[in-house]
Amino acid sequence: MESKPPVLLTGPHYWDGDFACAEGAIAAGCRFLAGYPITPSTEVAERIAERFPLVGGTFIQMEDELASMAAVLGAAWAGARAMTVTSGPGFSLMQENIGLGVMTETPCVVVDVQRGGPSTGLPTLTGQQDMMQARWGSHGDYEIIALSPSSPQECFDLIITSFNLSEKYRVPVMFMMDECVGHMTERVVVPALSSIKVRHRRWYRGARDKYHPYVPAKDGVPPIVKAGDDYRFHITGLTHDQRGYPVINAECQHQCVSRLVGKIKDNTDRIVILEEDRTEDAEVVVVSYGISYRVATRAIDLARQQGIKVGSLRLVTVWPFPERRIIELAKKVKCLVMPEINMGQVFLEMERCASCFCRTRLVPHCGGWVHDPNDILKAILKGVKS
Amino acid sequence: MKRLDVTLGQDLRHPLEEYLRMDRIPHVWCPGCGIGTTLNAFLTAVKKSGIPRKDIAVVSGIGCSGRAAGYVKLDSFHTTHGRAIPFATGLKLANPKLTVVVFAGDGDLLAIGGNHLIHAARRNMDINIICINNFNYAMTGGQFSPTTPEKARLTTAPYGSYEHPFNVPFLVDSCGATYVARWTALHVRRLTNSILEALHHPGFSFIEVISSCPTVYARRNRLGTGLDLLKFYRDNSVIKNGANTRECDIRFQEQLIVGKFVDQEKPTYHDTMTEYLSQSVGKRYVPYQGPMQGKEEDGN
Amino acid sequence: MKYWRKPLDAAQVKPPRGEVHIVINRCKGCGFCITYCPRKVLEFSEEFNRKGYHPPVVLHPENCVNCGLCEAICPDFAIWSTPVEQPEEKKENAGGK
Repeated sequence: MESKPPVLLTGPHYWDGDFACAEGAIAAGCRFLAGYPITPSTEVAERIAERFPLVGGTFIQMEDELASMAAVLGAAWAGARAMTVTSGPGFSLMQENIGLGVMTETPCVVVDVQRGGPSTGLPTLTGQQDMMQARWGSHGDYEIIALSPSSPQECFDLIITSFNLSEKYRVPVMFMMDECVGHMTERVVVPALSSIKVRHRRWYRGARDKYHPYVPAKDGVPPIVKAGDDYRFHITGLTHDQRGYPVINAECQHQCVSRLVGKIKDNTDRIVILEEDRTEDAEVVVVSYGISYRVATRAIDLARQQGIKVGSLRLVTVWPFPERRIIELAKKVKCLVMPEINMGQVFLEMERCASCFCRTRLVPHCGGWVHDPNDILKAILKGVKS
Repeated sequence: MKRLDVTLGQDLRHPLEEYLRMDRIPHVWCPGCGIGTTLNAFLTAVKKSGIPRKDIAVVSGIGCSGRAAGYVKLDSFHTTHGRAIPFATGLKLANPKLTVVVFAGDGDLLAIGGNHLIHAARRNMDINIICINNFNYAMTGGQFSPTTPEKARLTTAPYGSYEHPFNVPFLVDSCGATYVARWTALHVRRLTNSILEALHHPGFSFIEVISSCPTVYARRNRLGTGLDLLKFYRDNSVIKNGANTRECDIRFQEQLIVGKFVDQEKPTYHDTMTEYLSQSVGKRYVPYQGPMQGKEEDGN
Repeated sequence: MKYWRKPLDAAQVKPPRGEVHIVINRCKGCGFCITYCPRKVLEFSEEFNRKGYHPPVVLHPENCVNCGLCEAICPDFAIWSTPVEQPEEKKENAGGK
């Protein structure tokens, strides 16, 4: 599969975020998708269902999201690059097997096109309310990687990054779109094949009889094999030792969980992707992600027109949280402002890191629509006075 | 009684050792439990089948039967409760060359995983299900399950179960399973043959194994030891190959109809998909190329 | 061997012989092999094994015909039999031709 060029539609297109996400996944070498229809993510599955037969992929519409996520894990262990796509209610159902994916260190991508909640909420309207669910939705302790695109072009670009990160760190990567980005139609430029960097799986290369599934490399991530290659390995969702065998005691639990957490935490600086604008002289920095970033940009421009020194820090990767950079900024600004289309989720993390050094201000929104830039502007104005 | 000859057989290897993770044996199952016997039958069938060991994957769910994956020296996956079938579906679709076997219990497959079971049967997904039916959730201490016969007592049915149980062969038959059999843990030869047939059967195969649970089910219902349950199977099993699955329901301590009920040919999900798409998409259709090769440089 | 009727080819076909092997400390004493051995080769031991169960002992080794039922029915992979080569007896009129 890898030797064949992915069928890329190189050139400019007029796509919505969902389509761009599907095309980006194809470009990343994703050839297995199991999904279940749910607004506003369905267009990803629709596009994949149409395109996969042309590029050598297998799409299956499962009976529910529980099954979708399980099938993705199965496909990943068979050696396919696999993903699933859903929205809030389905994302909740997937948490169980996302936990299995974390525990068994299965590379895969979960796309969540967020909508307003709780429960069925606002199926057709936007929200950013699954951010904490992305981080800790499954039971037990773990660290996860989550990215948040803010345009259809980024849906294309960042889903490739998501696959690369999932392969590098052997963890399910959460691709946190939202209804606005998913249904926004914009210019998307698909680059040439040569400029798309796809990371290969971390295949084990040692002797076949010496293989143990969970002997980590230097960065804490173990190399992987796939079913059918005569390694005859065992993986389990139970707490396991390096051989992959269940061991039910506190000592093994400590080793197992601390490595699962550590492989993400210790590599935070390598994982984190941030975009900064005009933070050098800023007195207030607006920290944002996803669609809120674009609204924040407007608010920052309005504030700059009034002569207020405002900068922007955009979280391309939301999890792991960029603690170091937030603290650095907090030490030199008066206030950090975060607009979120929820009642304060990622904000809690920012507050934890920054509140010793500067003031923090949340611009909440219950969902259904994006912020009014003036609300963010008001928070900036209050922030600069403090 | 005779004295023990402790030297007997110590230096010999069990004929199935190459299929077992000997570093994990002895297994967790209680004395007199039928799961070990069923695993024995499965591995014997695998050995007889001639399918290379590397091409067989075992997926199990949670519970007593779920532990089976941990003992087989094959690619084996111990997944979440009820999700063995969709995991197996992903495994099979992403590498159609694999023979995928799901080894799970009645609670796992029929309660929490019931939706997956009926849909995999409907799709005629080419996977093999070995369903250990011990009529209860044994690992958690013996709660009633969707197969518990009426009147049987269990910890969450202390006065006897008043729910109607599933007639499992009828359920999977009506959903489209193309191979359906039921045996007990006593019918080891026939069970082995059925598993062997199922391994070579294209499409969704389902083998229900009525299995002894001396520690919980038998104790709660005062049915004796595992051996007593096997004796009950011997005295009360009626082999009816080709029986109408509608008539295969199980009542508490009554006659057990066993046999091979369904064995028919029907295009599998994979066959239907590739054939249909190659017709409707035409020349532009690119069939799935199989998984990644496992040799690519990771570019660290 | 005892037969309830003498097979017509009893002169040509010899019942196979087997040797039973038991991994004593793997056994959980369920008694399946002892009960269902068609030739009643096995019996419970008096002594306990390391786990505290009574594993089978081979009471009548000469009766084993290597049918393999003990191996097939054992839930614990603790018992099996292997064929025993029998010395070629001088066959008179063996097979006729």
